[in-house]
Amino acid sequence: MVRVQEADFDVGVELAALRREHPQVGALVSFVGVVRELNDAAGVSEMLLEHYPGMTEKALAAIVDEARRRWTIIDATVIHRVGRLLPTDQIVLVAVSGGHRGEAFAACEFIMDYLKTRAPFWKRELTADGARWVAARAVDEQAAERWQG
Amino acid sequence: MLKILYFASVREKLGQGSEELALPGGVTDIAGLLGFLAQRGGPWESLATFRNLRYAVNQEMVRLDAPLRPGDEVAFFPPVTGG
Repeated sequence: MVRVQEADFDVGVELAALRREHPQVGALVSFVGVVRELNDAAGVSEMLLEHYPGMTEKALAAIVDEARRRWTIIDATVIHRVGRLLPTDQIVLVAVSGGHRGEAFAACEFIMDYLKTRAPFWKRELTADGARWVAARAVDEQAAERWQG
Repeated sequence: MLKILYFASVREKLGQGSEELALPGGVTDIAGLLGFLAQRGGPWESLATFRNLRYAVNQEMVRLDAPLRPGDEVAFFPPVTGG
């Protein structure tokens, strides 16, 4: 299940949904991304997240499908927020259910690494020096490349 | 017609988020369309030199040589920074 929304999400509710009525689930792995107050040595007072409606949902669904091809998992939930966010706010949830933890851990990390480099979201930060678009980081590209080949 | 979308810093630089455009004569791929748009001059010239510009056709990321046909939805944007 993939969702793009302005509203916050409740990790407990989402994890419960992944195990409810699925007695074969033995492992739930989740990652939550959070707005940092300090980024590239500047204080961030506010963040605006923009996306490409339509393509975003397709890209996220394709990433989850690819994870299902690579690992034996039972289900996955990806929720990404857009709009105005403040430091300490949750940005993204990736949660994966599986029979055992190994495949669920790997699938969760893979989905997050691919989301970072393939899903059309853009962050704009407000700092004391004004607004700026967040630059893509080479380390994120390298993290995604680990899964190739 | 092509539907063209511009996102994030690309939209900001161009001062517009979308436009409809008849596929210009001689333009067959993304590289050709970029050349056509850059020739408008002013802020549009930045499309030719934009660092790590990304492109999508019909909501799939593509390369510069991706073919274009009337009715396609094309998007130009900077490297993504979600998560």
